[in-house]
Amino acid sequence: MSAVAVRTGLPGTSLRVDGKTLAGTKSQVEPLELEQIQRVLGGQHEAFRELVRPCEPAVFMATQAILKNEADAEDAAQEAILKAFTNLSKFRGDSKFSTWLVRIATNEALMKLRKERRQKLHDSLDDGSKNEKGDYVPRDFADWREIPSEALQTKELRQALSRALASLTAKHREVFVMRDVQHFTIEETAKLLGIRKSAVKTRLLRARLQMRDALAPGMDGSWSTGRREYKQVRPW
Amino acid sequence: MVIEISCEDVWREVSNYLDGDITPQLRARMREHFKGCKHCTAVLDGTRNVVQLVGDAKAFVLPAGFSDRLYQKLDRKLSKDDQL
Repeated sequence: MSAVAVRTGLPGTSLRVDGKTLAGTKSQVEPLELEQIQRVLGGQHEAFRELVRPCEPAVFMATQAILKNEADAEDAAQEAILKAFTNLSKFRGDSKFSTWLVRIATNEALMKLRKERRQKLHDSLDDGSKNEKGDYVPRDFADWREIPSEALQTKELRQALSRALASLTAKHREVFVMRDVQHFTIEETAKLLGIRKSAVKTRLLRARLQMRDALAPGMDGSWSTGRREYKQVRPW
Repeated sequence: MVIEISCEDVWREVSNYLDGDITPQLRARMREHFKGCKHCTAVLDGTRNVVQLVGDAKAFVLPAGFSDRLYQKLDRKLSKDDQL
């Protein structure tokens, strides 16, 4: 790895990379992350695990959002993390380390997807429910009993979320995950994917409504009680 | 006097409504619509709940053995680099 100096300091201090101070660059990196980066660049490779471990779920989600197949998503996530290790000296500190890593993972997954598409030109276009104008029309209008976050402890709900996510097309899934799972802004999502902000909004709307419809069978409270069989509630 | 809005138009804007990405006028029209439309209220509540759930860190878990496989790969890479 090239000789790189990363000046450890409080948030807001600049990073020194390749002998240059990134003037005017306000570091977004946490002090602990900075220290870990410095250790990795200084040859203490085991510090990389400490640095990456908290980011693993976000990295995997980023690749899984784009690649439907779990094995491919894991492969891309691993590749991204290895690339981050090799290119750590290029990290400028103008975003959080996790954001930088998720960007690498997103690019890795997109590259893999493009390769796959070239080999097999298809996309699992779902028919959805469209009206004449092509808008997504919600399928279900029953009252939604709020699912509390504690219900996420039930395996059934987590599996249902994964299934619902997998039912989205790649272009809707990637936008939904970046925005709602990883909390990128509309602007950041557009930039990362190289699409217009209006396209992000359109895809996000469709993805959110489709996710809601996909999870509707448990909305009578089954997700919260952990009951396997849903008693669907329809007021009409 | 708030101008009425159709259910279709509400569905088209429900995501922007949740993100606070609409004009105050449109927000007022939608709010008025929700008061009298049970279906659109259900769509709004459900969509909001989905966004809250998936945004929770507990929503998705890594595949079993993910970290072990990752660090085995990294160790292999490091030992390969050392040999060079």
